[in-house]
Amino acid sequence: MSEEASTAEAKLPKDVAAEKGLVNVQIDGVWRQVPKGTRMIEACRSFGTIVPHYCYHPKLSSPGNCRMCLVQMGMPPRPTPGQDPTYDEDGYQPIGWMPRPVIACANTVAENMGIRTGGELVENVREGVMEFLLINHPLDCPICDQAGECRLQEHSVGHGRGHSRFVDMKVKKPKNVDIGPRIRLDDERCIMCSRCIRFMDEVAGDPVLGFTQRGTYTTLTVHPGRKLDSNYSLNTADICPVGALTSNDFRFQMRVWFLKETPSIDVNCGTGANITIWTRGETVYRITPRQNDEVNSCWMPDSHRLNFHYIDSDERLTEPLLRDGASHRQSSWPDAIAKVVDALKSHAAEEIAIIGSSRATNEELHLIRKLADQLGTEHLTTVPRIGESDGILIAADRNPNTNGCKLVWRREDPAFRLSAIRDGVREGRIKVLLNFGEDLTAEAGFDVADFEKLDCLVSMLLLAGPTAEASDVVLPGAAFAEKRGSMVNVTGRLQRLNRALEPRGHARDDWEVLRDLSAGVSNVSPFDASQPQLIEDVFRDMASTVSEFDGLNLSKIGDLGLPVTETGVTIPHLEDERARKAAGQIVG
Amino acid sequence: MDLLTDLAIILAKVIGLTFMVVLPLVPICVYFERRFSAIIQDRVGPNRVGIPLTLFGAKKDFHLFGLVQPMADGLKLFLKEDFTPSYVRKSFYWLAPALTVIPSLVTVCVVPFGSPITIGGEAHKLVIADLDVGPLFVFAVSSLTVYGITLAGWSSNSKYPFVGGVRSTAQMISYEIALGLSIIPLLLYYGDLNLSSIVEHQAAHGWLLLPFWGHTADYPLAEKLIFLVPAVIAFIIFTTSIFAETNRMPFDLPECETELVGGYHTEYSSMKFAMFFMGEYAAMVIGSALIVTLFLGGWSMGFGLDQALLKDDAGNWVWFSGLVHMGVFMTKLVAFILFFILVRWTVPRFRYDQLMRLGWVVFFEAALINVFLAAFVIAAPQLGWLSTIAGLVLLAVVTGALVWVLKTSDPKSPPNRGLLGQN
Amino acid sequence: MAVIKVKRPELGAGEKFYLGAIFKGFLVTMKHAIDSLRGKTRGAKDLASSGLGATMQYPEQKWDESMPEYYRGAPALVTDEQDRERCVSCQLCEFICPPKAIKITPGEIPSDDPWAKVEKRPKEFEIDMIRCIYCGMCEEVCPEQAIYLRKDYAITGLDREQMVHDKKRLYEIGGKRVGLVNKWNELK
Repeated sequence: MSEEASTAEAKLPKDVAAEKGLVNVQIDGVWRQVPKGTRMIEACRSFGTIVPHYCYHPKLSSPGNCRMCLVQMGMPPRPTPGQDPTYDEDGYQPIGWMPRPVIACANTVAENMGIRTGGELVENVREGVMEFLLINHPLDCPICDQAGECRLQEHSVGHGRGHSRFVDMKVKKPKNVDIGPRIRLDDERCIMCSRCIRFMDEVAGDPVLGFTQRGTYTTLTVHPGRKLDSNYSLNTADICPVGALTSNDFRFQMRVWFLKETPSIDVNCGTGANITIWTRGETVYRITPRQNDEVNSCWMPDSHRLNFHYIDSDERLTEPLLRDGASHRQSSWPDAIAKVVDALKSHAAEEIAIIGSSRATNEELHLIRKLADQLGTEHLTTVPRIGESDGILIAADRNPNTNGCKLVWRREDPAFRLSAIRDGVREGRIKVLLNFGEDLTAEAGFDVADFEKLDCLVSMLLLAGPTAEASDVVLPGAAFAEKRGSMVNVTGRLQRLNRALEPRGHARDDWEVLRDLSAGVSNVSPFDASQPQLIEDVFRDMASTVSEFDGLNLSKIGDLGLPVTETGVTIPHLEDERARKAAGQIVG
Repeated sequence: MDLLTDLAIILAKVIGLTFMVVLPLVPICVYFERRFSAIIQDRVGPNRVGIPLTLFGAKKDFHLFGLVQPMADGLKLFLKEDFTPSYVRKSFYWLAPALTVIPSLVTVCVVPFGSPITIGGEAHKLVIADLDVGPLFVFAVSSLTVYGITLAGWSSNSKYPFVGGVRSTAQMISYEIALGLSIIPLLLYYGDLNLSSIVEHQAAHGWLLLPFWGHTADYPLAEKLIFLVPAVIAFIIFTTSIFAETNRMPFDLPECETELVGGYHTEYSSMKFAMFFMGEYAAMVIGSALIVTLFLGGWSMGFGLDQALLKDDAGNWVWFSGLVHMGVFMTKLVAFILFFILVRWTVPRFRYDQLMRLGWVVFFEAALINVFLAAFVIAAPQLGWLSTIAGLVLLAVVTGALVWVLKTSDPKSPPNRGLLGQN
Repeated sequence: MAVIKVKRPELGAGEKFYLGAIFKGFLVTMKHAIDSLRGKTRGAKDLASSGLGATMQYPEQKWDESMPEYYRGAPALVTDEQDRERCVSCQLCEFICPPKAIKITPGEIPSDDPWAKVEKRPKEFEIDMIRCIYCGMCEEVCPEQAIYLRKDYAITGLDREQMVHDKKRLYEIGGKRVGLVNKWNELK
């Protein structure tokens, strides 16, 4: 102990830090060790001090044009020739504070640097910056969608002076400008942070935004003849610190303070972008990306984020339906389940086929697999959905859980029996077809006429359509926002969906329906002790058979997911981001 | 034939006095209670319900000062859903309201409503049953009401009614002792237990509390004035005990709204609740009638007016005197009921321990001493001066001893502050 | 805080009987009752009493003229001098409303509307008067001076639907209110 202490005493703190590649920085009077080359704003953030800022974004370059993150900085005075540096009893050099503030977002830390994020100077300059920003602000918070999550509102409360000294006319700028199919621009609210310009340039690769004019007349605008129509345009509304860029889809729908946030994942492609589902009551109002540097960074494509309106659309199936002549009649769950169980029991195993879906969660796939084993049928498949990667975040595999299906079903290609089943149906060898969550007339390649040869077509679906129309039993299932479960994305990362809503109407969680079917086939009550009663029970059962999930449960997955398998697939945007980080363009 | 006539007369008395005099008094009491309470509290009270002429197309209703309100209340209670909670003990739950209202009405039969009324040359007493044990009968029967209340509290199978029922039982049993003891001086004085005779006596020789006329050699003024002392003590104890027996403010702990929701009848609705309500008010009417009869001259007009106006030369009541006396009796009754209401809005509710202390320690002992005092006052003229003094000393000693006991029984421990006192 | 111990006053021998005090109490109560009957209740005049106690006979007598400025009746929406609905459906009242009586469906003002520059207005604005507690928080929180508690107090209905005031009814009650800050003027 004493030996250790004496060695530590012998070395100066700067030498101790340098051995680890760190530097000593005094943040608000406390000495800290941070990696060399860290931006001051990040150094402060890592110790819990948030420096207010507008233009700085760790995933974008730092132009330092909002001036909000000004802090006071100090360095040891340079010794005159021949003078030895002085050290205090802790081994640090005295800090000579600079009379003028510096921006924290673009400056990096250095050995023996001091940073003050408070104090008279810093507070005064922040107040000044806020006053300038608010001079031309229209103060139309009551009609602004950003109200409630607006940085300008927050910093105005935290660092503003509370009232305006400005007596002249405010500068008028274009309002309610249609700059793209999904984005609305209000130039009066813009504070010229240029986050959107940098995003479109650096991330979306479509630099259509820019400033025109000068001084107070600086105006954000879209390139003449162009529209902000990139598939990533809505991310600009996310990063806009004020209400200058707002989403057309979410425009005037609901104030953000009413919305409940549920962390979940996107199910529109194999990337499985992390999202937040914003709900009020039983309605989803919007979906925004959630930062996960191993999956989607801070972004997600517009096409995926807007694909949620079907959850409460008119096409949504809400009641179990049984075929009654040419049409369907509403039924109850026990009746519908009994009908399916009857059909399954009255047919031989080789007459039964099951089409699962790689859009289902691992838990559901596990139960489908168990049901197939119970029935003894070989005819089990999924439907492949291959598109083209956009080179940013959208994966070529448009099924969100193909890897999960591979793991749970223990198959290299879970979809390889699809054509065999299709032929079997067409040739009349297969009499009962269980379809869990696929529109068979779309990617699966069936024709409506094929179903006439079946004795019984059972479909668990979300939306009405030709497949539901042709089905003998329609079981309404749960949408992605209505269920809890897990999926494995293209990189082999196990991620979790969380339930933000109750299933609509009498629709039920898919795994419960599968459990009831399986219980019905084995003639036990669904509430029997042998049957899973919670989604956690299903995961536990699955983890005992799938070695990759060994020792895990749904809680352990966490909001950011866990890598469970190696696939060799990477997400192009993350590669790009790492490259830019390595080049020092962004903080990352 | 005679038997039939007698039966008819008895039936007429029963129906007339019980159902046409006492029962209508109940809604009238309620009306008076509401109006008088309102006036005391700067309000208006029920003043709207009258004859709803507008229903039949007239321009204005005839409001009758709201006198029809009790009928409307009764109709409302009648038409309400009679809800029996599933968790009650049904037979007792149904029995309880009847057990409350019937004893109250049965006691009516010994109350003399007026001097005899002469029909067809035959005098009929205005009392259903001219029993020679009047007050005792009243105590015996009216104490049965406690069964109704206890059963209601217990069979409701619910906490508040149960507490209300238990409180009521304890309270009524406690105060019956004081009630019984407090009228012994009167019985000693009257030498009779027949309520009709007691009233006749008071009509002739002055009311017990107002003995300023009809002095005779047997009943000299001085003697009556001396007896006023035990009489007043008896009156105070008796009246207060009647308040406690009828569960009226300030002794309405069995049904105090602030603590017990509605008390023992919390779980009752519709007519069953109305029967509790009726029983309570009937008890109040009977209590007032008893006080008026025993202390305030019953149906007599007093001040010698009965003798002067309503007796013929032969000293018999004129034929209509019964009706006049009945009117007088009713007036006194209503006046005393108004006094009940006045007390309700003047005296705050007792705490339960204070109530028990008042009943057991103060009234019981005071009534006991009062018995000796009355006996002494009555016996004094027959005793020699030596015995008188010895008796006085004995009485003083006994009183002193009792007061000492009372003092020492005072709780010396710090006052119970309930939960606030703990930690 | 110093603790002050107050001693109960010692009662005299006569006072211990309480009878005197009770009797005095009867007199006080009776005096009050007689005063009330004679219409001499304290404050009866200021309260426009009907002559019995301090009570006003409601449907015949009404207080409407002497209702104070600060009276809080039914909440209602108001329009400005140019008949523009002041409400921009910011939903702050919906948020602040303690009994959750307010329900707003926001909507966009079409571009051909003369007030298109305001951009936002309520598509539907419902106040459930069964829930409303007349607290006035909505009025206090409104940044547009659009919702006011008017003096209407007799809010009745034969069923629950009638007790839900929709936008039309709210503007009917509220009417036009002049002299407020004109935020959306021609300078805007």
